[in-house]
Amino acid sequence: MAHSADVDFKTRLQSWLPKLVLSPSLAMVLVFVYGFIIFSVYLSFTDSRLLPSYGWVGWENYSKLWRLSHWKISLSNMGIFAALYISICTILGLGLAIFLDQKIRAEGVIRTVYLYPMALSFIVTGTAWKWFLDPGIGLENVLQTWGWESFEFDWIKNRDFAIYTVVLAAVWQTSGFVMAMFLAGLRGIDNEILKAAQMDGASNWNLYRRIIIPQLRPAFLSAFVILSHLAIKTFDLVIALTGGGPGRATELPATFMYSYTFSRNQMGIGAASATIMLMTVAAIMIPYLYAELREKK
Amino acid sequence: MSLATQDSAIRTGRVTRTLIYLVLLLFALFYMLPLYVMVVNSVKPLDEITGGGMMNLPQVFTLEPWAKAWSSAQIGVDPTGLKPYFWNSIKMVVPAVIVSTVLGALNGYVLTKWRFRGDTILFGLMLFACFIPFQIVLIPMARMLGLMGMAGTTWGLVLVHVVYGIGFTTLYFRNYYAVFPTELIRAAQIDGAGFFQIFWRILLPSSGPIAVVSIIWQFTNIWNDFLFGASFAGADSQPMTVALNNLVQSSTGVKEYNVHFAGAILAALPTLLVYIVAGRYFVRGLMAGSVKG
Repeated sequence: MAHSADVDFKTRLQSWLPKLVLSPSLAMVLVFVYGFIIFSVYLSFTDSRLLPSYGWVGWENYSKLWRLSHWKISLSNMGIFAALYISICTILGLGLAIFLDQKIRAEGVIRTVYLYPMALSFIVTGTAWKWFLDPGIGLENVLQTWGWESFEFDWIKNRDFAIYTVVLAAVWQTSGFVMAMFLAGLRGIDNEILKAAQMDGASNWNLYRRIIIPQLRPAFLSAFVILSHLAIKTFDLVIALTGGGPGRATELPATFMYSYTFSRNQMGIGAASATIMLMTVAAIMIPYLYAELREKK
Repeated sequence: MSLATQDSAIRTGRVTRTLIYLVLLLFALFYMLPLYVMVVNSVKPLDEITGGGMMNLPQVFTLEPWAKAWSSAQIGVDPTGLKPYFWNSIKMVVPAVIVSTVLGALNGYVLTKWRFRGDTILFGLMLFACFIPFQIVLIPMARMLGLMGMAGTTWGLVLVHVVYGIGFTTLYFRNYYAVFPTELIRAAQIDGAGFFQIFWRILLPSSGPIAVVSIIWQFTNIWNDFLFGASFAGADSQPMTVALNNLVQSSTGVKEYNVHFAGAILAALPTLLVYIVAGRYFVRGLMAGSVKG
């Protein structure tokens, strides 16, 4: 009798074991991700300033936020940055992948060169570009010393152009990665279809336009999703490259949130801005993840 | 997905090919440029840089900037160099990578070989956590670390990186184990092997490639993190990225660009080495980063 109860306990333990093993991770994610999201969203409706406080103020933080010129600048910078970053990375990534797919000698070496920036920290990238673009010691100064005395390139110090230097550095960092995604897509295309189309006299241009690029749809989608979430999360690059300046010329929502929460003691407004960032990412990621995970079943 | 070259149907003429090589070379130069700037300027005296020689090879070769960046440059209030921060990063990265990879392997095993109702939803919840803008968790995390007595400590940072890293490690192992023949597992079960025995004897021995991917990915992400380090580290647990930023942004005294460049290379070296040594796995890892793998 005692023996069979023991066996019974063992089988029951075995059947519970998988869930038991999964539970610490799941608990961490539920508390530290979803619990924290709820807490932050809640804080965005309170009068929190230096420390969390629980006085309910309704939508006040949000209406304050949308009246702040600082926030509006961050958003319009985000618009410029995201549009350029996503489109340039995609076009460049696709172009380089197509070129690299033409039985290029030393393809491995070139791929390594294109991809290594991905291994660097944005702080390193920011530091390198910050001094290279600095008019005092960088490109402008170098070309002037070389004899081109009228050469001017002060974008990083210029309110109207500084945001484009952030685009430049970010494109430098990630375009190689996008290239690798497209290259993998290109290598997955069935050659027989291409050969058949060639027999029918299709030109290379038409092969790419009509057959190959349309087949890369999944790669385009993944690239868009990854680049857009990276764009919204961009923080360290701006800190290292421009510090948000000159003035507020390169502030983004992520830097806005950080300074309002930790240096300006406006935690309620900081939480409201973080909530808006999360909602934007969720609007892109949730449909994508839903479709991907459903398909797999 | 593999990047192996195959017999492509596309044929190109000589002129087109020359143009293609030219464009590829031009972009190779573009990607190499910042690395070149960092390396040559980290081994020359300051006046060669300020005198307009940023693009030139050093006239006087010196390792002084490296020595200074490593052991005597002013970081924050102390002239300690980057050395202590380098060790802070190591002490944070190693445990965080190990714990998140082990948890990812176990999670991937359960989610593919011990499936239950609702497992896909749970996985989706874990995966979405990888993509959230971390700004949304900064405030509660700061409070939680305080409540747990881990504010400003390396262990606090380890916890943070494990929590926000398991989504990715679980993704990698799940995709990898998904194609592992389930019949082998069932056969072992019939022979009386238990949950951990199957994992230990059957799955783990063939998990080498994906473990490498997970370790490289986690190592790179955690080493390169700035946001969590800047938000949660104390004076004696600040990671390398935060210290490098303090070094470069410090507004006191002469800006020693050569020291900044040497420091930047020091901060980049570990991940760069990992990328060069295990680059092929890294690329495969990035490819597996798209959810389908």
